[in-house]
Amino acid sequence: MATHASFMPGVKVQNRVWTWLTTVDHKRIGILYGTTSFVFFLLAGLESLLMRVQLARPDSTLIGPQAYNELFTMHGTTMIFLAVMPLSTAFINFAVPLLIGARDVAFPRLNALSYWLFLAGGLLLNFGWLLGTAPDAGWFGYANLTSRQFSPGPHLDFWILAIQMLGVSSILGALNFVVTIINMRAPGMQLLWMPVFVWMVLVTQFLVLLAFPPLTVGMIFLMFDRFFGTLFFSPAAGGDPLLWQHLFWIFAHPEVYILILPPMGIISEVIPTFAAKPLFGAPMMIYAGIAIGFLSFGVWSHHMFAVGLGPAADSAFSMITMLIAIPTGVKILNWIMTLWGGRIRFRAPLYFALGFIGMFTMGGLSGVMHASPPVDLQQTDSYFVVAHLHYVLFGGSVFALFAGAYYWWPKVFGRMLDERLGRIHFWLTLIGFNVAFFPMHILGLLGMPRRVYTYAPDLGWNLWNLLATIGAFLIGASLLVFLANVVKTTRTGTPAGGDPWDGRTLEWSISSPPPAWNFSRIPTVHGRDEFWLRKHGDHDGRRPPDPVPAAPAPIHMPPPSYWPILVAASLLVMMVGFLLTIGQVAIGGLLTLLSIYGFALEYHHKPYGDEVRPSS
Amino acid sequence: MTGRTKRRLGMIVVAGALLLLLSGCARVQMPQDTFNAAGPEAHKINALFWPVFWIAVVVFVLVEGLLVFALGRFRRRPGAPVPKQVHGNTRLEITWTIIPALLLLGVAVPTVGTIFSLARRPPGSLNITATGHQWWWQVEYPSLNVTTANEIHIPVGQPVYVTVKSVDVIHSFWIPRLAGKQDLEPGHTNHLTIEASEVGTFLGQCAEYCGFSHANMRLRVMAQSPADFEAWAANQAKPAETPADGTAAAAGMDLFQNGRFANGLQCTGCHTIDGIQGAAGILGPNLTHFGDRTTFGGATFANTSDNLDGWLHDPPGLKPGADMPNLGLTQEQIDDLIAYLEGLK
Repeated sequence: MATHASFMPGVKVQNRVWTWLTTVDHKRIGILYGTTSFVFFLLAGLESLLMRVQLARPDSTLIGPQAYNELFTMHGTTMIFLAVMPLSTAFINFAVPLLIGARDVAFPRLNALSYWLFLAGGLLLNFGWLLGTAPDAGWFGYANLTSRQFSPGPHLDFWILAIQMLGVSSILGALNFVVTIINMRAPGMQLLWMPVFVWMVLVTQFLVLLAFPPLTVGMIFLMFDRFFGTLFFSPAAGGDPLLWQHLFWIFAHPEVYILILPPMGIISEVIPTFAAKPLFGAPMMIYAGIAIGFLSFGVWSHHMFAVGLGPAADSAFSMITMLIAIPTGVKILNWIMTLWGGRIRFRAPLYFALGFIGMFTMGGLSGVMHASPPVDLQQTDSYFVVAHLHYVLFGGSVFALFAGAYYWWPKVFGRMLDERLGRIHFWLTLIGFNVAFFPMHILGLLGMPRRVYTYAPDLGWNLWNLLATIGAFLIGASLLVFLANVVKTTRTGTPAGGDPWDGRTLEWSISSPPPAWNFSRIPTVHGRDEFWLRKHGDHDGRRPPDPVPAAPAPIHMPPPSYWPILVAASLLVMMVGFLLTIGQVAIGGLLTLLSIYGFALEYHHKPYGDEVRPSS
Repeated sequence: MTGRTKRRLGMIVVAGALLLLLSGCARVQMPQDTFNAAGPEAHKINALFWPVFWIAVVVFVLVEGLLVFALGRFRRRPGAPVPKQVHGNTRLEITWTIIPALLLLGVAVPTVGTIFSLARRPPGSLNITATGHQWWWQVEYPSLNVTTANEIHIPVGQPVYVTVKSVDVIHSFWIPRLAGKQDLEPGHTNHLTIEASEVGTFLGQCAEYCGFSHANMRLRVMAQSPADFEAWAANQAKPAETPADGTAAAAGMDLFQNGRFANGLQCTGCHTIDGIQGAAGILGPNLTHFGDRTTFGGATFANTSDNLDGWLHDPPGLKPGADMPNLGLTQEQIDDLIAYLEGLK
């Protein structure tokens, strides 16, 4: 029996590097995603601290315009593509197969490929820092500022190539999880019984599948304009910079929901667990998520009210945008009603989940304000929008991701995080977050535009900017507390046991960390919250039949593969070649073809995975 | 002192500190304050903002209140039984689908009204054109034969229909106290209306990221009484005056007209001054009445001798990204040019 399959995540990592490079285990890939994207999260946070240092005082000359423009571009791009989105992917990877009672994802090697492409894309994006030519046209990269004429130098080339690699990674992941969720649910798990987190992931993966292609089209146009002299976005030649805005926002508004729906799903798992009640109105929560997904494709032009699309288009996009507030409001009230009548245990995951409800509500309401185009004409491109988007993406997504981290940590690593440090982390984050971002509402309404590296001292903005800087450093301090928590509990944390929270869903029915094969015997599902039903019964006290003890049947485990990392590495060589020499493009391209060939034919040589006999 | 009294005291302290903070701010000048509308267009927007704002506040207080209440009321108590496993309540859920829908309808109706009202071209308006350049504004009054830069003079009480366009990348025209933003799209022509109901100077700045020196692309609107505006416009339409012979200004004019500097560059290659032969460049601002302006360099620097001295020594050193290169001027040349430029009233 091969040893790799019985190997558990989080144990003996140091001397088993190879097993991590070739792993196809969804749990380990989840850990890789989580670790990598958390490093990028810290990097993007550091970038924001540098910006806040520059903006702490008016007319500051600490950081020049070039560095500042690179910082805000990289902060936005990194947070969206390399931090918040893949942090969700980390939970998706780790938890979805466990939540649906599966042994792995549908395509384990493809899953590994997604991760390595993500890492390669993240490295490529950040190579610019090493060469002193980081991207500098904003995460939205509006044409025609991005043309060779106005952006000479390789800054944006890094950005274009990296984002396309990240797009491939996301689309592969989306295909994988759509197939996994639809086909690999445990017997008995009806679609509407799936945990709401899984539902939100399913909606999100459809959004990824549909939203990334328009971005890719835009990126290819832009790449052709820059590399080969086409004129898609050149007004002088009959091209149109506005085309970019449409293509970009048709991607980027659904992207906002790609960033928020999985966190909403996490909240929908955490709150029922700590209220000891099922999610209130789960079907409604699912329909609301689907409705948000559909509507997200019809609202892109609300980012373009100042562009001059005309009153009819502005009115239409305004009203569709307002519609999104309805399913979102339903979600918030249903979460509160889940708490209502519950037996609420205040633990770190719940603190962060409650932080999500409180802060996201505020971000949603400021969003309704600029859903109204005339109001938006004052607020768009001002710090008011910076405040709004951070209330949604930090107050929303990031709080929920921390809720998920505290919630699933014991399952992932088998040890509890420290509760007291967790609460300090929460309160410091909540206070720092509000000190940093609330003043930005005021700054925007006092006329401060976004993306300015400096401002005049006599505009009444000085105090609010100073406060925002102080808040940003408080957030930085809160992250140190989290890191301290991780370091401390890695050695001395309380062993978690299989079910530390009195959980409701299937992942809590197995050991922590789970064995490589997850379930020794695939569970049969009898209703929503199957594990809770087994422990406590339904309201009439009826319990599903006890699962039959694991039969000593052999389990097929997918073997590790080095092809995913080879494909990603070769592609990276080719991409970097675009910025250096044509020869390297050719070599990288050849290597990519060869490794894809190896990847595709691997199972012809080794049709079955190794068998594992569970010990229990 | 009980916990509750302590908490109340805490609340009072926090509220007091906030009030102090706010009253402190009231004394600070806030020239780009959107709340301090100075014209009908900005008023229309605020008339929409405030009701939406109060609806949001009420919803916020209700939702957060409900949340906090639930958290206090249903906190786990020792020995409490497993709560009833309630799965939902259709009637409640339909209720809070309908209520927000109605609230949003209340926002949508006036929104659409205001959208169309802002889009209308007001009768009897003065037409001007604002053209965005990286990183300054060219301003033209076609009917008055006036061209200036960065500072827009308008008559109080008359709507001004601004045509905005860009020669390079996307910019956005924004004078917060007068109106919302309007983007300048290369290849497209856009419009917005501004109107001031009081005399004053209204600041603004480019609101769409337009590259390196985006932060230094500012502009201002000077609203004047109709009589003052007419006098200003009449003066602006005249060609520049020629300074008296033998003065520093005359030497400066000679430099401007005939000087060749680093790399053979000439002032007239980029700048226009009406009345000087050959001075018809269009890459930089029209300087015909430069001395009349209060600022220069994308309305970022006060038009003082000191600032001009700094600019002429090294334009990109004063304003990052300025297209005008360091011409290697001597101090004497700079002094002459300053004398000339300041005399261009």
